Amino acid sequence: MKHILKAKKRFLCLLLAGALAACLSPAALAAPDGVEVAPGYDYTRFKDAGITLNVYNWGEYISGGADGSMDVVKEFENLTGIRVNYTTYDTNESLYAKLKSGGGNYDVIIPSDYMIGKMAAEGMLEELDPANIPNAALIGDAYRSKPFDPQNKYSVAYTWGLVCIVYNRTMVDEGDLEQGWGILWDEKYAGQVLMFNNSRDAFAIAGKLLGNSINPGSVQEIEQAAEKLKEQKSVVQSYVMDEVFDKMGGGEAALAPYYVGDGVTMMADNPDLAMFIPAEGTNIYIDAMCIPKGSRNKEAAEMFINFMCETQVALANAEYICYSSPQVEVPALLDEETRENEMMYPGADMLSRCETMEVLPDELNSAMDKAWSDVRSYDAAGNGWVMPLMLVAMLALSGVGYWRKAVRRRRSQF
Amino acid sequence: MKKGRLLANAYLVLVFGFLYVPIAVLIAFSFNESKSRTVFTGFTFKWYQNLFHNDMVLKSLGVSLGVAFAAACIATVVGTLAAIGISSMNKRARGAVMAVSYVPVVNPEIITGVSLMLLFVVFNRQVSAALSWLLQREVDFQGFGLGTLLIAHITFCLPYVIFNVSPKLRQLDPAVYDAALDLGCNPRQAFFKVVLPQLTPAILSAFLISLTYSIDDFIISYFTSGTMQTLPIAIYSMTKKKVSPEINALSAIMFVVILTIILAANAVDSAKERRLRRAARAEEGRR
Repeated sequence: MKHILKAKKRFLCLLLAGALAACLSPAALAAPDGVEVAPGYDYTRFKDAGITLNVYNWGEYISGGADGSMDVVKEFENLTGIRVNYTTYDTNESLYAKLKSGGGNYDVIIPSDYMIGKMAAEGMLEELDPANIPNAALIGDAYRSKPFDPQNKYSVAYTWGLVCIVYNRTMVDEGDLEQGWGILWDEKYAGQVLMFNNSRDAFAIAGKLLGNSINPGSVQEIEQAAEKLKEQKSVVQSYVMDEVFDKMGGGEAALAPYYVGDGVTMMADNPDLAMFIPAEGTNIYIDAMCIPKGSRNKEAAEMFINFMCETQVALANAEYICYSSPQVEVPALLDEETRENEMMYPGADMLSRCETMEVLPDELNSAMDKAWSDVRSYDAAGNGWVMPLMLVAMLALSGVGYWRKAVRRRRSQF
Repeated sequence: MKKGRLLANAYLVLVFGFLYVPIAVLIAFSFNESKSRTVFTGFTFKWYQNLFHNDMVLKSLGVSLGVAFAAACIATVVGTLAAIGISSMNKRARGAVMAVSYVPVVNPEIITGVSLMLLFVVFNRQVSAALSWLLQREVDFQGFGLGTLLIAHITFCLPYVIFNVSPKLRQLDPAVYDAALDLGCNPRQAFFKVVLPQLTPAILSAFLISLTYSIDDFIISYFTSGTMQTLPIAIYSMTKKKVSPEINALSAIMFVVILTIILAANAVDSAKERRLRRAARAEEGRR
């Protein structure tokens, strides 16, 4: 009953916000009484401390106020009086590079599972104080105590999801789906398959296909997977990240592995699309909030993390990002279609076949980097003549240049 | 003859097509109802409305414009002074300094970016150490941000200013400056009244080039911005999920603004020219 009331209230709020969004004044969008938060937490204790929090998140990874959704950052600022300097990054690796080089001083970051493990192992993360984040109790058990942070010392889960295969029903014979991940190697779809343009995800798929873990245990396993990926090259149209939205949305490709939440977004653009998860199982990823070492406002950062776990906030984020939420109260508040979607909120049977990515030891990491660039530069058709030809052309060009210069010099002597 | 004309026109259309069709597509999709970048589903202004509510994008636009303007101003002044200094050097020294100034232009941006970042990191460490020693307690100095961004942008804008102003300086007739001195100017007056006005077009174009490069820059900013964020960085970070059509809307607005400025400037220019020509004709008629 309470949920229904809440949903009703939300709907009214949305309606109101939608009506107000029609006029352009920024003030018009601010909700009159702010977001509803759990009682018993003092959000105002830094009201006049003049604190600025540096929050570093993935791009487009927070509810930002578009289309009448909640502007989470602004709500937090209004509630607590803490200013937020909100900036964004594109990959775990660039986040890591930025922190490692000392090129930035952040208070809250949101890396993925394996990166959290790596950072924790390297002492780059601050231990969280559970007393300041009571809402962490609202995170489901399935998303806590994972191998990357077994004691929940460093992270509080923010979103999670599975990797699936998005396919176009008009181009793919549904009987072929039984091949599982192998369908991405099927010659029948040569030139119509998209593949991840990032090493961890690509090797995870190849590993699963070979019946190995998505976390390779030896250099040999990596080499096997690399062989498999090279084999796949003749079938792959291109290696993509966000271009997948356009290619699948526009019907330019038939098959693409990607994240379930994004698959839902693609399906909204193109009704011919559908998703499936191979029986071999898949990768479950968890992005979680952490505080990097060197944060100057640790307690305020913990307050931000706590705020992000508030039911209303987590709900707004889940609706905006379209990824699954680990906050236990959120699924019930989502619309029925999302809640019932077994790929967004899968049952225990599916989850038992999913693996999280773990930190790889350095030697395996570098072996994978090397194997990946090998895969990307590998060419089955043998375009080996391109480079020498270019070199000859360049030499010829500079030769012509010298010759012309010499001619001119000879002429100017007369 | 006619066939040649046809080919020439086709070539012209092709060239302008490559230049402007992408922009036209971008603007068209800023009015697209759905987030799709391939299928046009309906007309809407909502991305423009959303844009004005998206604090992160607006803030990074503000940072981009602010840094570009400040960097262009400083680089123009410093670069012009440098160009004047270089022009009065002897031939060998001038050659050497010009060659050194060329290096940042031909150097890949990524190297400039990384080396600047390393420099700032080292600088931060040194300052932290010095402060800790001075205050006798642990101090962690974090200088990354607006300051480093600005320094980096001035650095890569400087050569462009020098290479824009130097040729103009070489064209100047040194006799005019001497004449000004002969007619009673002191060197400062001669510079401001005689040299600077002749340099103005070159300085202005140097300023505009710096402004453009600075707004455009991604790589160097990426390494030196610390917790600040310029517009190109904000857009790039959207590539994991999906670049929002708000960016199309923003690009469309920027394109229209710049187009208007260029058209207005051209109109003013041609009006001035027409007036001059009319004045000249009137003069001739009187004679």
